[in-house]
Amino acid sequence: MDTCIKKIRELSAELLEKGEVQKVIGFAQGTIPMATSPIAIESKQDTEKLVFNSTCGLNLANYASKQKGKVAIIAKGCDSRNIVTHIVENQIQRDQIYIIGVPCTGMVDKSKIATLFEDEITGFTEDGNTLRVTSSSREEILKKQDYLRENCLYCTHKNPILYDVLATELVEEQMLEKPFPDVDRIEALDTDAKWQHFENLTKNCIRCYACRNACPLCYCPTCFVDEAGPQWVGKGQNKTDVNTFHYLRAFHCAGRCTDCGACVEACPMGINVRDFTRKLNKDALELFGWEAGLDITKRPPLDAYSPEDPDDFIK
Amino acid sequence: MGNLLEHMGIERDRLHFSWISSAEATKFVDVVKEISEKVRALGPNKKLVKDYN
Repeated sequence: MDTCIKKIRELSAELLEKGEVQKVIGFAQGTIPMATSPIAIESKQDTEKLVFNSTCGLNLANYASKQKGKVAIIAKGCDSRNIVTHIVENQIQRDQIYIIGVPCTGMVDKSKIATLFEDEITGFTEDGNTLRVTSSSREEILKKQDYLRENCLYCTHKNPILYDVLATELVEEQMLEKPFPDVDRIEALDTDAKWQHFENLTKNCIRCYACRNACPLCYCPTCFVDEAGPQWVGKGQNKTDVNTFHYLRAFHCAGRCTDCGACVEACPMGINVRDFTRKLNKDALELFGWEAGLDITKRPPLDAYSPEDPDDFIK
Repeated sequence: MGNLLEHMGIERDRLHFSWISSAEATKFVDVVKEISEKVRALGPNKKLVKDYN
């Protein structure tokens, strides 16, 4: 994927030079190895700052809707699905955005790589499927396939759904016999074990809301957790309040989540926030045959009525 | 919603959905009876309850 950055820079420079877009939203190298941060560039010279590699785990669709004028955006498969969702939900108009599609081969799980080292990681480079990670004491050569994030492992939409131009060739999509093995595992537990699973999951949550802020779906001007009148949920570390936040946020994402993994990427406490949303993604697929962000003309299932909607829960 | 609650470990029988017309008094009684029997069988809920002590 490293090679496509040249093409991304070329395309961005051309767009900015011709004045077709005011800004290009992409990734820049972060201040530490294995970190990238979103950047909005406005001049041709700054295109050198753009990077694209296997550590670009955040979702840029989050920044697309908050811009004025026409913007170009670098979009992986999941980013493009969130852009589709933004267009469907009227957060942005199609003609306001120029999508530079990047077929994606997955992002790496940074915390999994970090566990291999006792000391701090000082260098990270990649070449195709090979990752070279160094710390002050040693160097590890890793296979990228073994260190993919879980959501990338189960990803069936690596290629952008909607794009104006592609930065590299389309990649082959995988077909999964069981797309939700993680949800199946939790479903197999009994009621109390399920409860315990989620209690353990959230016990380290510090309510920093990084998951919400990283999520492209969470664009409400005032989030329900910040509302003071009425105060829907307490603001402290009470575990019922913490769980209420997570469950309600997940439900707000029902039928809209693209499993981009930005919430997990942003979490400083290493909580697998996707455990909440994955169940709803599974239900959306099984009950409504729906995957979010695939069709610019269709509203999400919980936002639309169809006589075929399942109603066997009403007695 | 019911599916999510069940997934997070709240017993399914605690949540009921029903469509009852204002003219269907007997159906209302039947549904409420059924709900209260099922919930009584489960006992008091201790999950997702805020402890103020």
